[in-house]
Amino acid sequence: METKNFKYVYDRPEALVDKVTHYCPGCGHGIVHKLLAEVIDELGVREKAIIIAPVGCSVLIYDYMNFDGCEASHGRAPAVATGLKRVNPDNVVISYQGDGDLLAIGTAEAVHVANRGENITTIFINNAIYGMTGGQMAPTTMEKQITATTPYGRDPMDVGFPIRGCELLNTLEAPVFIERCSIYDFKNTLKTKKAIKKGIKNQIEGRGYSFIEVLSTCPTNWGMKPQEAANWVKDTMVPYYPLGNFRDN
Amino acid sequence: MSEKILMKGNEALGEAAIIAGCRFYFGYPITPQNEVPAYMSRRLPRVGGTFLQAESELAAINMVYGASAAGARVMTSSSSPGISLKQEGLSYIAGAELPCVVVNIMRGGPGLGNIAGSQGDYFQSTRGGGNGDYRQLVLTPATVQEMADLTLLAFDLADEYRIAVLILGDGYLGQISEALTLPKPTGKVFEKPWALTGAKGRKPNKVASLRLVPETSLEELNLVLNEKYKKISAKECRSESYLTEDAEYLLVAYGTSSRICREAVNELREEGIKAGLFRLITAWPFPAEALQIASAKAKKILTVEMSLGQMIEDVKLSVKDPERVDFYGRSGGMLPETDEIKRRIKAYGN
Ligand SMILES: Cc1ncc(C[n+]2csc(CCOP(=O)(O)OP(=O)(O)O)c2C)c(N)n1
Ligand code: SF4
Ligand SMILES: [Mg+2]
Repeated sequence: METKNFKYVYDRPEALVDKVTHYCPGCGHGIVHKLLAEVIDELGVREKAIIIAPVGCSVLIYDYMNFDGCEASHGRAPAVATGLKRVNPDNVVISYQGDGDLLAIGTAEAVHVANRGENITTIFINNAIYGMTGGQMAPTTMEKQITATTPYGRDPMDVGFPIRGCELLNTLEAPVFIERCSIYDFKNTLKTKKAIKKGIKNQIEGRGYSFIEVLSTCPTNWGMKPQEAANWVKDTMVPYYPLGNFRDN
Repeated sequence: MSEKILMKGNEALGEAAIIAGCRFYFGYPITPQNEVPAYMSRRLPRVGGTFLQAESELAAINMVYGASAAGARVMTSSSSPGISLKQEGLSYIAGAELPCVVVNIMRGGPGLGNIAGSQGDYFQSTRGGGNGDYRQLVLTPATVQEMADLTLLAFDLADEYRIAVLILGDGYLGQISEALTLPKPTGKVFEKPWALTGAKGRKPNKVASLRLVPETSLEELNLVLNEKYKKISAKECRSESYLTEDAEYLLVAYGTSSRICREAVNELREEGIKAGLFRLITAWPFPAEALQIASAKAKKILTVEMSLGQMIEDVKLSVKDPERVDFYGRSGGMLPETDEIKRRIKAYGN
């Protein structure tokens, strides 16, 4: 077939490395990586971007992004981001974190980076579980949810209720953008991309701190098929973690 | 001749960092090092730098990690309990081979202990308080002048070897005021092609310690680090030998306790007793060869510390006939006493 007059209408983003990821089928991480890479390309900031990898399933995100990348110890990505950004304010610094990383071990850093209004963008992957270590309870694990460390289901009287990250940060003055999205279906995935784009644009324009929470999936540790996992986000997580914009200054 | 000025140890250290080109400081308040952040918060904004009070020492060391990854000269300071919190970050800094300067103005421990000067963190500093196979350079100033001079050296060593350099002082040294001549910049320039500045016109850079797959094996990284540590051990041992050539009684100390020892040596010499002092300037690498030379004629080697015996292990490992090594130390913020040192040395002669 003659293809020389064909025009590419959809291609791999330049910001995404041509590489098979290690993520499980149906995992939300890969989807969000792709959205982020597309946004980086669309905003033309690949040569300025720095991704900070958390400790969690996305610990190798810098191997999938075709731009500079930095490791952080568990929960400390916001502090690392602060150091990077303060030195080179022209870089576009993205802190990508899981729920254990951001709302358990790294709560202090997560709150304070937002409170300082650091001009960075946080992408917060809430999959209601510790994916990497084999499915233990996360701070965002749902009530009654069975995990490796809540074999009888999460009991809020014993270990507290799931923490809502957006609402928590929304009590602070400094953040300019806070939104919760999801990737459980196509429509919401597009909304997620839009929110990420807004968050990065804010940073480029020097507006301050943006926080995008993504309700994501972990079919492996939830013991579900990919479609069941997507449905579980919609039916179980969304009612407790309402989607939508909390702040857009 | 440059003119002498009077400064507190902690402030001299801060000014020296600025002379060294450090423009980023991250820290969390703790006594007895509070003069360092206070000084940096006054000075850095005036020279186009950034001072940031972090939410914890954990956050501070990770801000240092980020700023260093971005290619900057960066420093944090704290005192013992805060330095404990920085250990995780220091391990990551070692693994990712990031240069930085970390100041520990030691106080009494364990736990909250007290706020008086101490030397109880020798093990933590020289053995590595964080996880894994790593080392860090440890400099031990004994005067306000050295607080400044060694700070300049610390930044150059950090950049040269891509390593964390620890300045190990104590509360007394941090608080004392002495005359000093401010050092001049060394003028050394270090290229940092590995820094994260955006992948413009080059392949993406990665700053990480994680080595999961065989092609980038962790053992390989550790062997590379080990080669670096061997090179540092061969090249960067520093010490001072004071009246050691004919010394029959050798005192070994560092920092504030070495000042007390020097006084004891002078007084013993006046009484005709051949005493000498061997003082560490680097605690890691430990100046073992120089100590062997300094202790060649010594009948007794008295290790003096503001702890109940930590450096003594390195002394015993370094000298010939380690049964000559004895110990005198005070702990919990107490100082060794000149008279007690003299009494012990004289007792050896009987
Ligand atoms: C200091 C420290 N404590 C614990 C761990 C082990 N650990 C690795 S990942 C992880 C949890 C990650 O969960 P989350 O942040 O939700 O990320 P996910 O894998 O779900 O994307 C833990 C506890 C570690 N690496 N470091
Ligand atoms: S364990 Fe869960 S979070 Fe981790 S890659 Fe698999 S599906 Fe994704
Ligand atoms: Mg998780």
